[in-house]
Amino acid sequence: MNKQKDVIRVENLTKVYQMGEIEVHALRGVSFNVKPGEVLSIMGPSGSGKSTLMNMIGCLDVPTEGDYYLEGELVSSLDDDQLALVRNRKIGFVFQTFNLLPRATALANVELPLRYAGKNGDRKQLAKEALEAVGLGDRIYHQPNELSGGQQQRVAIARALVNEPAIILADEPTGNLDSVSGEEIMNLLLSLNKTKGTTLLIVTHDPEVAALAQRIIHLRDGMIEREEVLR
Amino acid sequence: MNFFLNIKEALQSLNANKMRSLLTILGIVIGVASVIALLSIGEGAGNTITGEIESIGTNVIYILNGNDDEEISNPKDLTLQDAETLASSTRSNEIAYVAPVVSRGIDISHQDNSVETSVLGSTADYQFVQNLTMAEGSFITNGQVEGRSAVVVLGPDMAQNLLGRSTGIVGNTVRIGGYPYRIIGVTEAKGGSAFNNPDANVYIPISTAQARLPRGSSPNRVQYILVSVEDAEDADAAIIEITDILRRAHRIPPRSPDDFTILNQQDFLAVAESITSVLTIFLGGIGAISLLVGGIGIMNIMLVSVTERTREIGLRKALGARKKDILLQFLTESVLLSMIGGIIGITLGWVISIVVSQIAIRSGTMLDISVTLNSVLLATLFSAGVGIFFGYYPANRAASLEPVEALRYE
Repeated sequence: MNKQKDVIRVENLTKVYQMGEIEVHALRGVSFNVKPGEVLSIMGPSGSGKSTLMNMIGCLDVPTEGDYYLEGELVSSLDDDQLALVRNRKIGFVFQTFNLLPRATALANVELPLRYAGKNGDRKQLAKEALEAVGLGDRIYHQPNELSGGQQQRVAIARALVNEPAIILADEPTGNLDSVSGEEIMNLLLSLNKTKGTTLLIVTHDPEVAALAQRIIHLRDGMIEREEVLR
Repeated sequence: MNFFLNIKEALQSLNANKMRSLLTILGIVIGVASVIALLSIGEGAGNTITGEIESIGTNVIYILNGNDDEEISNPKDLTLQDAETLASSTRSNEIAYVAPVVSRGIDISHQDNSVETSVLGSTADYQFVQNLTMAEGSFITNGQVEGRSAVVVLGPDMAQNLLGRSTGIVGNTVRIGGYPYRIIGVTEAKGGSAFNNPDANVYIPISTAQARLPRGSSPNRVQYILVSVEDAEDADAAIIEITDILRRAHRIPPRSPDDFTILNQQDFLAVAESITSVLTIFLGGIGAISLLVGGIGIMNIMLVSVTERTREIGLRKALGARKKDILLQFLTESVLLSMIGGIIGITLGWVISIVVSQIAIRSGTMLDISVTLNSVLLATLFSAGVGIFFGYYPANRAASLEPVEALRYE
């Protein structure tokens, strides 16, 4: 019963990369659960496998072994197009480098996931609401180069939110921002988590950012080194 | 994905790299323009040739020596007697006029002007067979043919060439192969082209030609015999009659092949059409090669574009784009490039073919160019096809990128 409630359940997740002759074990059996509405940080030094784990959870890659259930659905064995659908409907990405389309307006950037979802009618309205939710209601027709780093990341968050995903995956969301903007972005993410109940996974190596979560998973050498429950 | 949104987005991304897009389009423009221009010029040349053959008149039949299609054991030449037999045949109501022709290449001169041309020796009926009208003087008469008179009728262009004028020259003398000939008439200008210009002809009595012009082994031989029929619809019946009369005259046994060849306008048209269609295919082929080069240009640019936008592709995939969404996005761009190039190319090709035809007309050759709907359709479909064909490989490459790899790409 308890397992049904978990938004994320990974069991014995293993990833082996074949680099020529050498096998690289990026993940060596990782298991954990995330409850709906939880804020979880994943920390670890570079090479610890946190990017690989992030890609698995984001359905950008499939594990070599192990199972991944997202909202009760086994997604670790889906094909490319099915994975695209899962990414579109259930996962919102926030990247360190924002990854906005440079020549498109904020509105067009936020509309993008809706287009791939096949929503045509109320696309503009939904995108506008998402931008208003991140406090950029007055900048919807600005292009990324007309926005500050913090504002660009807000656009990215609006884009992650717009399809009302089950989880938001934030990969070093403050990594390219000054401390003030970084704090604002984290506050925004946490308040969205509170108001909308969206599960939030933050990958970071900044202890201050990680400490904002309810739980921290420390990775090392492809395995969970320890788990910290903060609140 | 919304179709128009797709196009709008493709236009935006092409617009982002204006110079590059323009150069790529230029490749297609040149290709399509050359297809259109070359096809329409080919078509125009074909029309001109066909038109000239039609101007021979549907009621004129050519009888030539020999038979290219079959082995003949003891061929007889066409002679003046054959022509007379045809002309005097009472059985054939269809035949209107018969004109045997002897033609020789020879120098014709007036004072210091000298031209090498082919002189036509014929009879009075030639005028009626070819529908010649006289600008001044008269055509060769039967009396002059019988008397082997040293008289000549000039086309106006030839007169202009030799004497510097084409009027008031009757009574002057020109020399043909050294002998003096009195000018007795000038034909009315008919208009023509480099291929066939009756205005540059020189006519003398056939008897004079046979007696005075250098000749081969058989003095009675004529090059060809022209026959006109009263009504073009009678041409087929006349051909049967002529065949029958000539076979009798040449004493050809039954079931042996003819030792002569009869052609009418339809036969010439068939030959000309097969030549011009080869010409058109050849010219179109040259154009198609440049279009192919343009297509390779598109592929090249799209490959660069895919590499440059690897991160964007990764992002789109992370946001839920499927393989076919990406494929469609890049195909739309390449098809747009080639279609825009196609439209500009059609216009440019049209302009080029008009310019070429104007140049041709100025230099005296009637070239009636025609940009046909066919060639426009061909160029449009072909350029869209080029976009799809050469765009597919880069687009597929984009669509097949692994999202993880693509997102990590610097």
